[in-house]
Amino acid sequence: MAQPLVKKDDDRDDEAEYSPFLGIEKGAVLQEARVFNDPQLDPRRCSQVITKLLYLLNQGETFTKIEATEVFFAVTKLFQSRDIGLRRMVYLMIKELSPSADEVIIVTSSLMKDMTSKTDMYRANAIRVLCRITDGTLLTQIERYLKQAIVDKNPVVASAALVSGIHLLQTTPEIVKRWSNEVQEAVQSRAALVQFHALALLHQIRQNDRLAVSKLVTSLTRGTVRSPLAQCLLIRYTTQVIREAATTQTGDRPFYDFLESCLRHKAEMVIFEAARAITELNGVTNRELTPAITVLQLFLSSSKPVLRFAAVRTLNKVAMTHPMAVTNCNIDMESLISDQNRSIATLAITTLLKTGNESSVDRLMKQITNFMSDIADEFKIVVVEAIRSLCLKFPLKYRSLMNFLSNILREEGGFEYKKAIVDSIVILIRDIPDAKENGLLHLCEFIEDCEFTYLSTQILHFLGTEGPKTSDPSKYIRYIYNRVHLENATVRAAAVSTLAKFGAMVDALKPRVFVLLRRCLYDGDDEVRDRATLYLNTVGSDGEVIETDKDVKDFLFGSLDIPLANIETSLKNYEPAEQPFDINSVPKEVKTQPLAEKKAPGKMPAGLGAPPSGPPSTVDAYEKLLSSIPEFSDFGKLFKSAAPVELTEAETEYAVNVVKHIFDKHVVFQYNCTNTIPEQLLENVTVIVDASEAEEFAELASKPLRSLPYDSPGQTFVAFEKPEGVPAVGKFSNMLRFIVKEVDPTTGDVEDDGVEDEYQLEDLEVVAADYVMKVGVSNFRNAWESIGPDFERVDEYGLGPRESLAEAVSAVISLLGMQPCEGTEVVANNSRSHTCLLSGVFIGNVKVLVRLQFGIDGPKEVAMKLAVRSEDDNVSDMIHEIVASG
Amino acid sequence: MDCCPSVKNILLLDSEGKRVAVKYFSDEWPTNNSKLAFEKALFAKTLRTNARMEAEIVMFQDNIVVYKFVQDLHFFVTGGDHENELLLAAVLQGFFDAVTLLLRNSVDKREALENLDLIFLCLDEIVDQGIILETDPSVIAGKVAIHSMDGAAPLAEQTISQALATAREHLTRTLLT
Repeated sequence: MAQPLVKKDDDRDDEAEYSPFLGIEKGAVLQEARVFNDPQLDPRRCSQVITKLLYLLNQGETFTKIEATEVFFAVTKLFQSRDIGLRRMVYLMIKELSPSADEVIIVTSSLMKDMTSKTDMYRANAIRVLCRITDGTLLTQIERYLKQAIVDKNPVVASAALVSGIHLLQTTPEIVKRWSNEVQEAVQSRAALVQFHALALLHQIRQNDRLAVSKLVTSLTRGTVRSPLAQCLLIRYTTQVIREAATTQTGDRPFYDFLESCLRHKAEMVIFEAARAITELNGVTNRELTPAITVLQLFLSSSKPVLRFAAVRTLNKVAMTHPMAVTNCNIDMESLISDQNRSIATLAITTLLKTGNESSVDRLMKQITNFMSDIADEFKIVVVEAIRSLCLKFPLKYRSLMNFLSNILREEGGFEYKKAIVDSIVILIRDIPDAKENGLLHLCEFIEDCEFTYLSTQILHFLGTEGPKTSDPSKYIRYIYNRVHLENATVRAAAVSTLAKFGAMVDALKPRVFVLLRRCLYDGDDEVRDRATLYLNTVGSDGEVIETDKDVKDFLFGSLDIPLANIETSLKNYEPAEQPFDINSVPKEVKTQPLAEKKAPGKMPAGLGAPPSGPPSTVDAYEKLLSSIPEFSDFGKLFKSAAPVELTEAETEYAVNVVKHIFDKHVVFQYNCTNTIPEQLLENVTVIVDASEAEEFAELASKPLRSLPYDSPGQTFVAFEKPEGVPAVGKFSNMLRFIVKEVDPTTGDVEDDGVEDEYQLEDLEVVAADYVMKVGVSNFRNAWESIGPDFERVDEYGLGPRESLAEAVSAVISLLGMQPCEGTEVVANNSRSHTCLLSGVFIGNVKVLVRLQFGIDGPKEVAMKLAVRSEDDNVSDMIHEIVASG
Repeated sequence: MDCCPSVKNILLLDSEGKRVAVKYFSDEWPTNNSKLAFEKALFAKTLRTNARMEAEIVMFQDNIVVYKFVQDLHFFVTGGDHENELLLAAVLQGFFDAVTLLLRNSVDKREALENLDLIFLCLDEIVDQGIILETDPSVIAGKVAIHSMDGAAPLAEQTISQALATAREHLTRTLLT
């Protein structure tokens, strides 16, 4: 029944698939395992059987509970053998079987005996096995031996105990924490890896005690650390200490010298760890970066791919924040474009695209063109995305970049890749007006031969919106109508809609569009015919050329402001009847998810887990949200929504933050509330706002929140009226008022009776900056010249003593709430003067540009010259007022 | 990244992407099928690269994988996306060289399967539940060899000295290149 492990007589040369495990079968091997029970053990044979069992498990075979138990008991018999090799396999087998608690007891005594054995190998392995399978109760019995093992003179034994300690710390921290004296001693060990493991364990034991970690790092950075691994670990801990200290200390960064000295370590692993740590320091300065960049640059020309990859990946990250610091490496980087390893080549390309300046774009594009043909799609997508951001950075270069994108669009490629290109072209068309006509034609050419229905319909839709606004809309018609002939029904229907949009917007094209639409009435597909009929009736009105009225335009171009989920449920509930389906009956409010499915007990998202499913945060979403509330629907267009401001301390009973929405004549406060008490349900939640310190505001309406269950955020709103177009400011005090009801958190039952209660929130201010929208300009000088000096206002201000120039600059920027242009918000280190350029839009859609010139003198006195240009006299004065009163 | 460096898996596959020996230390791949899918995709992605001279590296499903090929064997070591690449490379090199020592320089699939017990022990000595135990190939091979079977076993007493000789030879080679 038992096969020999090695079939010597087989003719191996002829057999391509030779394997000693050929035809191995679980049942047979389990039979073989009976040899473990023989009174006269054959260690060699037993080892072979264990190897077979391990092989089966490794191949993904599973044992049933009974099989596993049988094997486990058989294996425990093998402790009788004194054969070292066999014992080693027994240890492996026990670890693989991960026995249950009652089985563990069987081997405990054998393992404990091995733990105190004279043979180092037995001690080391028994510790690892026992700690893997044991639970807390047993641990107290063997704790004494483990403590001894940590300081054992044999490094293998010490490491085994320390590594086991690291694992056990996750399950039974209170026991492991008692070992810190021994671990401390092991940190001083002469054996390289013992030191590494001891350091890792010691840090984990003390990680919540900042002072202790800081002390540990301080003492070790002065002493000698023997292994590169331990040194890497020390670098990680050091950066952690630096990060936590940075907030309190000023001046020279502590421990920077240590990191810098690690750049001269003999192990590349350590050099790289230190270089990377330096590049990731908070607010790292160019002076601090330079030595790290230098060693990374050396790595770029290494013969080892791993080293090149590590270096280029790190430099790529640096380029996002400090592009100038990386430019020195550009020559080495360019040679990496042809690297065998395509990951390295792609990282090099994208780094170059980030650090490149306007003049190098053309040369770079040429190099990339050669490179694009032989990389995989996923890398191509990365490159396309990098090119898109480059184009937005240098809008003047759109021509060559757009050409590049259209060229690669014509080449072979999968859906994701083509989608990335199309998305990029669409974004460029939106953001760079000059690129529009050119880009639209490229898209038209693409849909002439496009195999992806999704992309075709997307492009047709986009064409319908943008095409009619171009100088010569008629040239797109041919491309669109071709779709009606050549494509599948989905694309044909989309093409019909697009044609209708051209007809609605461009009167000159109407007769011709109608002819084409009429032809679609004979299409084979229902949807296509229906659309054609619909559009002919709405836009056409019997073929007469008349001005398309507003309702029709809204119908064609307006967006659906109803959540799709809501319309879906409404349609499902609709029963065919005399009454037609009324779209106005669909609720517009986005439903919050029911509490039951959201909250599984004990599953709080830890740390950086899933972001809280709160209210939508982008302006678009805010606008939708507000217009869906009837009380606010006649406020007009939302001008700006500020970032949320917390009105409660962290970890209080109720977490509330507020978003200020500014309208022309109104201000709406949106209070986002979260109830953090599982035992409570809040109902009828309102915020009582006292506006006595905000004279120009008058309360208009408020929208209470009907119910606020535990951990399911909800919103309540208060609206104020204010004088039109005036940046009225003021201070508001807030009080949360609600009815609180008791909830049984285990059953979710709510008591009927509630108690009215109040909760004091922090004050809220509306400041002048709330009336300025951050809108960047790509070329500040051009914009400045084009506004002209008609309404320029210049004045000088003394800002008094400031901590640094950078601090003064950022204070003024946040005071004005405007968008810094051309990276001028960054102040070079140690500079004595700085010019900062800001742009924005003031309420009432008035464009404002600001030029700030700062100077600092000896005792940190900062002076500022403020020049404002805008399209309106009052607005220019207003900006000065903001600064003067700020 | 403040935690201890960790290894997510070590794989030894053959030239068709089949398992010779694998060890997972991360619960990122909870089932055997997800493990197999990972191996298959990784194998396909790296197949056409030349990793015979120097260890190669690739970003794969938000992980860093370093790998090296010899004959019909493919060695892989996977770590997290923020892991120090050179550290993973050191683990790979330790594994690769230790196997070379243990198989006495004839590293191919057949030898590996015939000495699969040594490969398993080798994996066990390099990483313990994700934490690096040892990266020095001669130390790893030494530990595995000492534990090896009696005189008749594949790696006997004389082969340890032989192994150490190979280690010396290897050292000279690295110094010369």
